[in-house]
Amino acid sequence: MAGLMKRMSLIFKAKANKVMDRAEDPRETLDYSYTKQLELLQKVRRGVADVATSRKRLELQVQQLQQQSDKLDGQARAALSQGREDLAREALTRKSGLQTQISDLQTQHTSLQAEEEKLTLASQRLQAKVDAFRTKKETIKATYTAAEAQTKIGEAFSGISEEMGDVGLAIQRAEDKTQTMQARAGAIDELLASGALDDPTGTSKDDIQSELDRLASTNDVELELAKMKGELPGGASAQPQAIEGASTANQTAPSPATPAEARQQPEASS
Amino acid sequence: MIVRILGEGQFEVAEHTVEALNSIDTQLQVAVDSSDEAGFHEALRSLLALVREVGDRVPDDHLGPSELVLPNADATIEEVRALLGEEGLIPG
Repeated sequence: MAGLMKRMSLIFKAKANKVMDRAEDPRETLDYSYTKQLELLQKVRRGVADVATSRKRLELQVQQLQQQSDKLDGQARAALSQGREDLAREALTRKSGLQTQISDLQTQHTSLQAEEEKLTLASQRLQAKVDAFRTKKETIKATYTAAEAQTKIGEAFSGISEEMGDVGLAIQRAEDKTQTMQARAGAIDELLASGALDDPTGTSKDDIQSELDRLASTNDVELELAKMKGELPGGASAQPQAIEGASTANQTAPSPATPAEARQQPEASS
Repeated sequence: MIVRILGEGQFEVAEHTVEALNSIDTQLQVAVDSSDEAGFHEALRSLLALVREVGDRVPDDHLGPSELVLPNADATIEEVRALLGEEGLIPG
């Protein structure tokens, strides 16, 4: 049995021969194949655009997840400064979960980028071959009879046919990849939209934030209480009043606007 | 001799490298037959590296078939089997 590489090449050749054998006049095959080539060129360009769309979507998601992650980081710091290590720990745990997702998305992004480059190059190669084929086709049609054409187009035809097979397979691979990624990207979009990333328990919009808000408002209340207590008769209220009196004496009147600004306006020239 | 790497294009490879290529090709075939995915990737990697190293890129507008066709770098055994198994799998 021939080696793997040889067998693969034979399979591509067999495919080309099958198409050639179908036509009564091989010159018809040229036109038919050329139409197919143009279709494939369209398809591979669409493929490049599709992969680019998926790539951009991933970029956007990474951005959004990163924002969430930064927010959790801020919350952890706020919680720590309030002495709530438990809350800070919860925020950091969620942040770590997000970071895992972000690095997973970044891996996928790299892979999509590689796919995009490969398809772009494939489309350039195919374009060059299609152009060469068109020239060859016209020459053959103008110069040879049907019988002669048979042998003349063999090489060119199996060459372009092999390229088309290769490009077709590349498109399929890219489609498979983008489909898998789109499914995952859809799941992440849903997560982002549902707010579940803020709160995996789903009980509130953002439980860490509401706890922090509650702590902050409790602090405000305590501060206000302390202040009020200080203002009660019998408290140390004489000193603040003295300071207030001193500060009002220092106030200066605002200076009037000078007309210089108006004069410096450039005159309208004709 | 022209060799194609699927997804990468055609390379012109000197005849005297064929022996080296064939020897790795045998490893590749053995790996496919025994479903040895790790061995397959190892052999494929060295095969593609060799072709890229000793081969010259064929101009894009060249219109001719390849003597040998190699799987794409990230191919799996399953994909290669499918390619070899059914002609209908090659689109176009």
